Amino acid sequence: MQTFPCPFCGPRDETEFHFAVEADHPRPENTPSDVEWAAYLYTVDAPQGPAREIWLHIPCGEYFVMSRNTRTRDVTGSEALR
Amino acid sequence: MKYSAVTLAREAVRGQRGWRPAWVKAKPKDAYDAIIVGGGGHGLATAYCLAKTHGLTRVAVLEKGWIGGGNTGRNTTVIRSNYFYPESVALYDLALRLYEGLSKELNYNIMLSQRGMLIAAHTPAQMEICNRIANAMQLNGVDGRLMEAEEAAAKVPLANQGAQARYKLMGGIWQGRAGVARHDAVAWGYARAASALGVDIIEGCEVSDIRVEAGRVTGVETDLGPIRTNRLGLAAAGATPGLAAKVGVRLPIHTYALQAFVSEPIKPILNTVLLYLGTGTYLSQSDKGELVIGGGLDRVPTHGQKGNLPAQEEVLSGLLEMFPSFGQLKLLRQWGGVVDVVPDSSPILGPAGPDGLYLNCGWGTGGFKAIPAGGTLLAHMLATGAHHPISKPFDLDRFRTGRLIDEAAGSGIAH
Repeated sequence: MQTFPCPFCGPRDETEFHFAVEADHPRPENTPSDVEWAAYLYTVDAPQGPAREIWLHIPCGEYFVMSRNTRTRDVTGSEALR
Repeated sequence: MKYSAVTLAREAVRGQRGWRPAWVKAKPKDAYDAIIVGGGGHGLATAYCLAKTHGLTRVAVLEKGWIGGGNTGRNTTVIRSNYFYPESVALYDLALRLYEGLSKELNYNIMLSQRGMLIAAHTPAQMEICNRIANAMQLNGVDGRLMEAEEAAAKVPLANQGAQARYKLMGGIWQGRAGVARHDAVAWGYARAASALGVDIIEGCEVSDIRVEAGRVTGVETDLGPIRTNRLGLAAAGATPGLAAKVGVRLPIHTYALQAFVSEPIKPILNTVLLYLGTGTYLSQSDKGELVIGGGLDRVPTHGQKGNLPAQEEVLSGLLEMFPSFGQLKLLRQWGGVVDVVPDSSPILGPAGPDGLYLNCGWGTGGFKAIPAGGTLLAHMLATGAHHPISKPFDLDRFRTGRLIDEAAGSGIAH
């Protein structure tokens, strides 16, 4: 069992968390083409190694950015989105 | 060397000294007509079909590990085509039909056992959905049907049906042609047959980059040196997005671990494949007597080939709810593989990025059942440069057009 850090509640059991989306995918500006829009909606990087992801801590309802290594599962950071 | 009773008898007489390795351990040549990255079932089947169907024998399969060491050797071996959409049924039933003839086709016993599969429902609402899927299967010309409670209970006599049962059997969907096959044998059989047709199977060869000139694939960089080709197929499951990214192709693929479990061998107690909608746990019994058990994905995206404890607890507690009598069983093995999950739970088949590059990925938790079809379709695209009618709906472009094939909604795939 792994422990994830919620920036608001501290270290909690991994089952309390839900992966939302990869972080740092900015919304296209102006009028994107349908290709750009589909890319924004669906494509991901799924990096092998360090990753920045938005997670939900279900009990407190807060979204936050968690920095993790997707190979080793080590958690390296946790920051509030607001 | 053809495997037959005659060969067996001859080797028995000659002291078993005439057996040869099933496939040649090839070294890379400078150039090939086509290269497939990924020596799993899909990659090997692609190479076999290129040689057998399309007459292309200057073909290499590049595998970073060893044959049978990836997801093809890590899955729970279930083969079925009980899907909802016509496009999916066309794809998965092509695979099932090819599996039905595969032992003969490859001259290699893949131990296909069409023992039937029951998707068990426990509530009136689940029965309505099962009825809808069974109707869809029949409209698509596949052998699914709704099964009522009594017949379903007779299929799985040990299932928990007592007063304390959380999930009683109300019935479900039955597909009689579904079953299991020996997963290693599928990889080994395709590797042997492809090798015999002249395909180079190169193990321990990891692709680090893809070369492109003037908008066309011209080769790959590997840890065994550069190799030239104008036609490149990617069939590397969870490693595919990283490879595609080398040429600027980003994919709608998340990678998760999927776990499986094998119990100690016991006497025959289950002669079908059983999935409970209530628990999400499914199982079958292997020819050796082991229970082969699986369930849903781990909920943490990962590239590490190991699972986490919460998913284990969910699958195994589900198993014990279904079969309280398994409480004393020991698990022999537990393992995880990395699967490539697409938002609509359907694979991605088709061209992407530079000319000459084709994808066979996004099979998620269900790639094994589709191997013969995935190979047929990727080979068709590599050989002809065009889609096969069955692969066309699964093109990457469906995310732009919105023509998704959402089997999570259609047939209730758990991801």
